[in-house]
Amino acid sequence: MTTVPLEPVAAPDTRWRVLRGRNASDRLYRGALTALALMLPLLLVAFLGELGTSAWPAIRHFGVRFLVTSVWDPVAEVYGAAPMIFGTLASSFLAVLIAVPLALGVAIYLTEFSPKWVRQPIAFLVELLAAIPSVVYGLWGIFVLIPFLRTYVVPPLRALFGWTPFLSGVFYGSSLLAGSVILAIMILPYIAAVSREVLLAVPASQREAALGMGATRWEAVWTAVVPYGRAGLIGAVILGMGRALGETMAVTMLIGNRHDISLSVLQPAYTMAAAIANEFSEATTNLYLSALFEVGLILFVVTVAVNALARLLIWRVARGTAVGSRAL
Amino acid sequence: MNARRLRRRLVNGTMTALVGALSFVAVLALVLILGHLVAKGASSLDWNFFTKNPVPTGETGGGVAHAIVGSGIIVGLAALIGLPIGIGTGLYLAEYGSGRLGWVVRFVADVLNGTPSIVVGIFVWTWLVRPMGHFSAFAGSVALAILMVPMIARTTEELVRLVPHSLREAALALGYPRWRTSLRIVARTALAGILTGCLVAVARIAGETAPLLFTALGNVNFNTHIGEPMEALSLQIFQYATGPFDEWHRLAWASALVLMGLVLVLAILARWVLRSRHGAAR
Repeated sequence: MTTVPLEPVAAPDTRWRVLRGRNASDRLYRGALTALALMLPLLLVAFLGELGTSAWPAIRHFGVRFLVTSVWDPVAEVYGAAPMIFGTLASSFLAVLIAVPLALGVAIYLTEFSPKWVRQPIAFLVELLAAIPSVVYGLWGIFVLIPFLRTYVVPPLRALFGWTPFLSGVFYGSSLLAGSVILAIMILPYIAAVSREVLLAVPASQREAALGMGATRWEAVWTAVVPYGRAGLIGAVILGMGRALGETMAVTMLIGNRHDISLSVLQPAYTMAAAIANEFSEATTNLYLSALFEVGLILFVVTVAVNALARLLIWRVARGTAVGSRAL
Repeated sequence: MNARRLRRRLVNGTMTALVGALSFVAVLALVLILGHLVAKGASSLDWNFFTKNPVPTGETGGGVAHAIVGSGIIVGLAALIGLPIGIGTGLYLAEYGSGRLGWVVRFVADVLNGTPSIVVGIFVWTWLVRPMGHFSAFAGSVALAILMVPMIARTTEELVRLVPHSLREAALALGYPRWRTSLRIVARTALAGILTGCLVAVARIAGETAPLLFTALGNVNFNTHIGEPMEALSLQIFQYATGPFDEWHRLAWASALVLMGLVLVLAILARWVLRSRHGAAR
């Protein structure tokens, strides 16, 4: 029988270093992962740098006039981006206006009202909307949506609101309205998916408290659940807005691509992304190219700002989770 | 009192019906789009469509073989570039991402997730196409890879975080170094989830058009050289849909159906992988 040593056995040195993660292979692993992770921030800096340098001639040449004037004349080398900035904002705003009630309806129905067995299938189907490529939306828009709008939507709209400036002029098809409707369908799944995750993150105790006080299901949703997740829901809407601002192909195919500001939603308009898509390969002079880069830079900065705002709002409710990066 | 209760019940019933109806409308949109794709595209899917290259306008019977192969090459190369970076970034965020750098990377990833793809396109144009002096499929792949990385990074992170801490502790207690624990135990356990994230990301970029406009450019001929312009299905649809010929429109619908089919298969595969490995995960 051996005696138990009284003094503690010193652990082998290597073992301790393994546990603290200080040996060579661990440092190598951590270094490699850090290097990969650093690529994203560097990419963001590179984006700003490249776009900024390429846009600089136009920024210096036109200054603020670029943002507020409406003449876009490659022959005279005069560029004013006001119509596309207006068109981008107007189409995104209309799209959000159409999409938000639908998306919130889907999110509320799926989290609060639907029977359990339809939840997964409906969520999957709505999220499939996000999987449809932009260009397919564009194709569908040209051959299905525009004829539909022309026959069934525009005439009654005209009959009701034809006296306002928003519905004046002849409807040829490609228009702000067509672009906005397709955008609305495209951003709907994003807003719905993120709103759903936000509502799911609302603690059950909130609902239970409201129901326990005798609220109906709807009252519980409207007075307890939605206010609790308000910041996140606003974030979801802003996120959808960000998508709409930068959406390119479908809008390019449907909005009519005209450098003009018109209050009428039936008239063609232009967006920043569409202008780049249409004109980038035709930009023969340096100033023309630079003007398009400035459009790209504005678009980039605006979407980054909008997304950052949305993320901060969503993080306040659903802390740190990758909400919406997985809308499928 | 009774009238008030009735009103509350009524509001409750109406709103329940309303949100249900709104969900129905959203699903209807999807059904309509898919329905039109099948109705207008299915009749054009024949042997020629998949095996022939385009014929000059005016003739009939051409196919889009060059675009199908092109899409495969461009997307495959993009996945080859984007997957390692994205998964590595995700592992970093999950394993070491609690500090300030982790916060920055996470935030940048989320912000880049919403960057317009057309901006990525012109960025890659200044970065690769302008210096090289010509458009190339490789530049297109790089643009798509840039779109993939933030998506994959965030899903990977989220799924690696789901791995129970006890597994990691068990491996470390057995004397595994951290890197082996991370790769052999943690990443392995989350593999199904990571794979799902990758499939979803590939499905998303497979249909992207805007980043390819000024990088891969498109090509009427069959080309498998990644240093030269290459056609992709999405570019093909854009060109055909906005063109004036009925024959082009017919091919556009058929191409869209094929593209949508590919995306759907990837999306359903992603679901299936997750379910078969994770059981009731989410």
